[in-house]
Amino acid sequence: MTTYAPSHTTSNKKTALALLGVLAVMFALVAASVPLYKLFCQVTGFGGTTQQAESSDGKILARDMTVRFNADVNRKLPWYFKPVQRSVKVKIGEEALVFYKAINNSTETITGTATFNVTPFKAGIYFSKIECFCFTEQTLAPGEEVDMPITFFIDPEIANDKNLKEVKEITLSYTFFKAPEN
Amino acid sequence: MGSEAHGIPTGWRRWVLSTNHKDIGTMYLIFAILAGIIGGAMSGLMRGELMEPGIDFLTNFTGGDVEAAKHFFNVLTTGHGLIMVFFMVMPALIGGFGNWFVPLMIGAPDMAFPRMNNISFWLLPAAIALLVISIFVEGSTYPGVGTGWTVYAPLSTSGHGGPAVDLAIFSLHLAGASSILGAINFICTIFNMRAPGMTLHKMPLFVWSVLVTVFLLLLSLPVFAGAITMLLTDRNFDTYFFDAAGGGDPLLYQHLFWFFGHPEVYVLILPGFGLVSHIISTFSRKPIFGYLGMAYAMVAIGVVGFVVWAHHMYTVGMDVDTKAYFTAATMVIAVPTGIKIFSWLATMWGGSIKFETPMLFALGMIFLFTIGGVTGVVLANAGVDTAMHDTYYVVAHFHYTMSMGALFSIFAGWYYWIGKMSGKPYPQFISKLHFWVTFVGVNVIFFPQHFLGLAGMPRRIPDYPDAYHLWNYVSTVGYAITGFGTLVFLVGVYMTLRSKERVGDNQWGEGATTLEWTLSSPPPFHQFNELPRIK
Repeated sequence: MTTYAPSHTTSNKKTALALLGVLAVMFALVAASVPLYKLFCQVTGFGGTTQQAESSDGKILARDMTVRFNADVNRKLPWYFKPVQRSVKVKIGEEALVFYKAINNSTETITGTATFNVTPFKAGIYFSKIECFCFTEQTLAPGEEVDMPITFFIDPEIANDKNLKEVKEITLSYTFFKAPEN
Repeated sequence: MGSEAHGIPTGWRRWVLSTNHKDIGTMYLIFAILAGIIGGAMSGLMRGELMEPGIDFLTNFTGGDVEAAKHFFNVLTTGHGLIMVFFMVMPALIGGFGNWFVPLMIGAPDMAFPRMNNISFWLLPAAIALLVISIFVEGSTYPGVGTGWTVYAPLSTSGHGGPAVDLAIFSLHLAGASSILGAINFICTIFNMRAPGMTLHKMPLFVWSVLVTVFLLLLSLPVFAGAITMLLTDRNFDTYFFDAAGGGDPLLYQHLFWFFGHPEVYVLILPGFGLVSHIISTFSRKPIFGYLGMAYAMVAIGVVGFVVWAHHMYTVGMDVDTKAYFTAATMVIAVPTGIKIFSWLATMWGGSIKFETPMLFALGMIFLFTIGGVTGVVLANAGVDTAMHDTYYVVAHFHYTMSMGALFSIFAGWYYWIGKMSGKPYPQFISKLHFWVTFVGVNVIFFPQHFLGLAGMPRRIPDYPDAYHLWNYVSTVGYAITGFGTLVFLVGVYMTLRSKERVGDNQWGEGATTLEWTLSSPPPFHQFNELPRIK
């Protein structure tokens, strides 16, 4: 018989352990992918993810921006949901208050939840919301009507981004879903 | 001693309980041929439906129900893709040729973990069984998984209420586990069990290609397993990873899938690259040109392959900078690939070329893979891809790289090594007929699909306007030719195994320099009891 076998067995075990470590790292990465992806979208504005802010810093530029509003409702949710105003024209840096209206057209109490983003996607990082209904679930009794406020401003930093030079219009879009029942 | 220290197991024990890398490799090859026949039959049904406009062929299998026939078409595209990727190409190149020849080429007596090798193989029949069962249980309204091999949410979650998708996910879990175990086995074997004197920089290129391939598998498959597990919990356990209603994002699935899926396509072609290098070198009777460049080109393809995934998703709405990055990164892959193509050409340059059947398939692979590579560079452009996305142009592109690149290298490897594996020669005329019929057939199938794609015909749709009739008809004729070629192949396999002739240790003469040619044909049940020394 040959004599190399025992030493190979130990080094094989060592290599296999190291590879299992690599495997564990990849599994950990995919397990963490959901929060990581969320974080990535929030930090970079990827996919038109909007930003949260306490307030604007008061700096207002002369440049105008039209902000249009869009509303969609998932067909499983029997609600009326529309923006109160189609669009507003704001100066960059200026805070604006707008409303969306929702009415529960069904005969039962329903909780809805909304996702949102802005188009063009590259404007997401500069679209700062101060107050909005987007981060909480909304519960409406049958026939109940609610005006949901959004206070936002466009971050003046947008003026320094050459990729957004041609942007004169940003669309804020909300989609309401029936909240998962848990 | 050694081989006589314990006897050769006989009967079913030799196969079911096998720990011998050559027997396991043989089982992988048989498995791949059977799976290839199933997957090929599925594409035949699809081409049958697409031969004429209208839904009038698959209705024969659904009792005349047109809607069921449409879903059945989707089930066929899904099954064809999954079977060819996970149960044909991977078992043939990695499990089959990898198991057989990696230990032989590095002078090792067997794989590092022979029992793990056994479970790697036997997970596959279980996996394909689950996939086949899924065809017959409820998917959406009709039976089977109609999601495509990408299994995108939400079609795979809220779009398929029945258990078929769950079965397919379990099937992929098993196939993934099989490949991960195999990957660990190959890496340990290649790192620790090379014969004395065989440094990494003296290792045959096929072994290099398998090494890079299994590293890709090790890094990408866990991501895929995680993604499909999240699909499973979204479907059954009220999670919302990929559902916007619960704060999830269906796009995340696409990112995870393609983070696996792009390296996966290199998994399918890299072992073929390694194989073709040996064949070109053998039949040119010259050492491979630019050995180190060839090895590190494969490493580069593997590394860059991990950072180009979003070129499969140009139409999901990425900003211009992201598209520019993925376009540039994708095109960079053409550089190491070009190094390989030109090094093969340089190997042949001035060589004493013999057009044996393996050489024909290797040359066919280089020629046709290059066409697929060129259309790949076209599709790499985000702007162009916006028009081409999900058209037959893409189908033509990846079949030129897979159905001709990967499949031709499998056939090249088959004819190159069948003498070594069985000890018997393949039939000359039948094997050459197999090459020419297949070469003509696959080109008649897929070249017209470029025209269809450029004209805007979408993939994965069973019906089309009359304007697309001509090239669809031609494509289906091509399928018939290729199908005949497959029969010729099977006749050749039968004639080989029934042959009374025997081949010597080195069938190919002085061009074949790797260690497997120093052994008998077929090699002894246990080899290299005296380790070869490489100078």
